[in-house]
Amino acid sequence: MTTVTQILLGAAAAFVLVSLVALYRVVSGPTMPDRVVAVNVVGSNTVIVIALLAAALGEAVALDIALVYALLNFLLSIAISKFTVERGGVL
Amino acid sequence: MTPREVAVLVLALGGVFFALVAAVGLIRLPDIYTRTHAASKSETLGAVLALSAAVVAFDSGITTVKAALLVAFMFLTNPTAAHAIARAADDQGIAPWTTEDEE
Repeated sequence: MTTVTQILLGAAAAFVLVSLVALYRVVSGPTMPDRVVAVNVVGSNTVIVIALLAAALGEAVALDIALVYALLNFLLSIAISKFTVERGGVL
Repeated sequence: MTPREVAVLVLALGGVFFALVAAVGLIRLPDIYTRTHAASKSETLGAVLALSAAVVAFDSGITTVKAALLVAFMFLTNPTAAHAIARAADDQGIAPWTTEDEE
């Protein structure tokens, strides 16, 4: 295992731990937008973890998965904030 | 250590640090608007740094381009999503947190 692989795997593990911390806000957010923001942060961390694992294990195909996950993450935030406002037009 | 290993180490450590800052802000700050502030800026910088580490670690051509595209995409969409959520919260009538009690 090369040094770069070790660094990338360690960073991915740290991002997973940080996501677990952010998951507390998903569970206990007092309002709905709090939960959406926390889910967005967890999703961004997931994209980063997928990209770091793709770089560490040499699986270039996983980068496509990370791109699609980033798109879905963005779409989730926009859709939820759009549908919770009656008139629409949050952007 | 080679210069490439040093670059990957510095970028990954910076990414983890800013993601940690985002998580702490998400837990500790008092209301939705301050939390989107923490989540959008710190999280975007952490994402860009960590994905840059992945860009440096890849050595072949097209995968580097793909990872760089991912960096640009995260840089654009993360603040946009946080802004949309904050604006939706404002339209729902969630009051900002203040220090004085005005009833």
